[in-house]
Amino acid sequence: MAVTLTPSTAPVAPRRPVRDRHHRGVSRWVVLALVTLGALVMLVPFAFMLLNAFKSPGDYSSGGPLSWPTEFYTKGLRTYWTEVNFPLKFWNSALIAGSVAVLGVAVSLLNAYALGIGRVRGRLWIVGLFLLANMLPQEALIYPLYYVAKQVGLYNTQLSVIIIFTVIQSAFGTYLLASVLSTFPRSLLEAAALDGAGKWTVLWRVVFPNLRPTLAVLLIFFFIWTWNEFLIPLVMLIDNQTQTIPVALASLQGDRLMDAPTTNAGALISLVPAILFFLIFQRTLARGITAGAEK
Amino acid sequence: MAVSETVAATPPAATPTPPAPSRRRRGRNAAYWLYLLPGALLFLLVIGAPLIGTLYLSLTKWSGIGDPRWVGLDNYQQLLQDDVFWASFRNTVWMLVAMVVVPTLLGLLLAAVLFDVIGRRFKPRTAAALRAAFYLPQVLPVVVAGIVWGWILRPDGAFNSLLDTVGLGALRHDWLGDPGTALPSVMAVMIWVQIGYPVVVFMAALQRVDPELYEAAEVDGATWVHRFRAITLPQIRPETFVVALTCTIAALKVFGPIFALTRGGPDNATNVPSYFAYYTFFKKLQVGYGSAISTVLTLIIVVVAGVFIWMQARSERRDRGF
Repeated sequence: MAVTLTPSTAPVAPRRPVRDRHHRGVSRWVVLALVTLGALVMLVPFAFMLLNAFKSPGDYSSGGPLSWPTEFYTKGLRTYWTEVNFPLKFWNSALIAGSVAVLGVAVSLLNAYALGIGRVRGRLWIVGLFLLANMLPQEALIYPLYYVAKQVGLYNTQLSVIIIFTVIQSAFGTYLLASVLSTFPRSLLEAAALDGAGKWTVLWRVVFPNLRPTLAVLLIFFFIWTWNEFLIPLVMLIDNQTQTIPVALASLQGDRLMDAPTTNAGALISLVPAILFFLIFQRTLARGITAGAEK
Repeated sequence: MAVSETVAATPPAATPTPPAPSRRRRGRNAAYWLYLLPGALLFLLVIGAPLIGTLYLSLTKWSGIGDPRWVGLDNYQQLLQDDVFWASFRNTVWMLVAMVVVPTLLGLLLAAVLFDVIGRRFKPRTAAALRAAFYLPQVLPVVVAGIVWGWILRPDGAFNSLLDTVGLGALRHDWLGDPGTALPSVMAVMIWVQIGYPVVVFMAALQRVDPELYEAAEVDGATWVHRFRAITLPQIRPETFVVALTCTIAALKVFGPIFALTRGGPDNATNVPSYFAYYTFFKKLQVGYGSAISTVLTLIIVVVAGVFIWMQARSERRDRGF
């Protein structure tokens, strides 16, 4: 595993500032100011969202989108919460994204074990096929999937979306893990084989523990990607009982219920789970992106 | 497991067996196919079969009910004369600018500045906080981003109010409703959505680069621009390839933001192939024609991805000195 990184900049630091003060005293502040300005521009839409999520419709129509709210109005938020049945939508999104993350990682690991460690014949072609599958536009699959799902009674069930995304995500996972596993230290495998361990045991006792950091990253990626998916859930999930958060919000677009404050309130709570998830796993992610880039 | 018994049953492992006989080796590897079985079956079911299905449907006329009627290449002929089809691919080129070219270039610059200038001349925490600000839109479900931006850019939305406030009220505009400004507006939103991804990947990549390279260059009196071109760019080329490839594929497939922002309008000014296909499938119920659009898009993506991977392989070979 090549997850060792971040040679901490601490040891270099002491010598540096003294000399730099002469070199770039002003320009570094200019650079900082420019980048900070850019970052603030990035945050403006979020500020708009916050500003308008807690504003009453009357306030909005008299003061406009930029006015400071005269009261802390939470009815928009509550309307959205109950009308959309947010807890149910949240559960649907979490169920789908969570199942896909776990199943997708499991399938990726099994595939990659055969391809990266087992080095089965034609593995380059197989890996290429998986990579390609991940790149396909979902439009190229959607109609037959939609049609068959209707025939077999999986249409409008979370299960249909779980199955589809397990395959799509694991196509990427297989590609990534197969290349990571192809550099797996052979000596470890041989040692385990000498001890009489079978392939199944080697997978769980030797490969899995070593691969855990990468698998964790993959799990997070799969979760976020699936959470944010739109086209397939839009086509497959048509009623209030099964829809995910993005689909529910999009299908309310232009609805009478969705005045500006409610729209913003809705967007705001759709954002909260993703941000929480991001904050919790930020460290794992920062480590993992590099792990993925290593060859 | 049956598999482990086979291995355990080969006792002569006591002496370190030199190159294993090829027949036994193949036999051992064959057992690994079992591990590929579930993945392969799922793959055929969810990707292989539907792909072939779409290819077949693209040669038929079908409304989704009854039996498809074989029409050969009619749909493709019709596509070539369809203005909407051409418009959608023209717009894709603009999406490539907004989702690949600008974010990758800007991302390289930002990552280098954040890592090299701000991360080292100021506290690393400052760089991390700024990086988070750039990355935040990536966390937002892209459809939600589209909905919020759709509201911001409305005639009575926040952007026009902002223009009023800073005294540029004359520029008030129906940004997404006017065919002239809809595409640039969508492009601006896509840059906003996309920029965080290259910044984060490139910053992670820069941690890999040996700091001594920079120090040596600094001692030699190289300017920041010199160091950026001579060290940063070549060192993180693998990541640049990955970012450019994934962003290109994403731009070719873009659907959610278009759906949420404009539904391809006004007057197809922002239509893209994937939305065009969706609309043809599910709103116009022309399954055959929609399949033809999807098939063309698929072919383009396959070719583009092939070219990228070929270029990457070539540049890696060149690095190794062949």
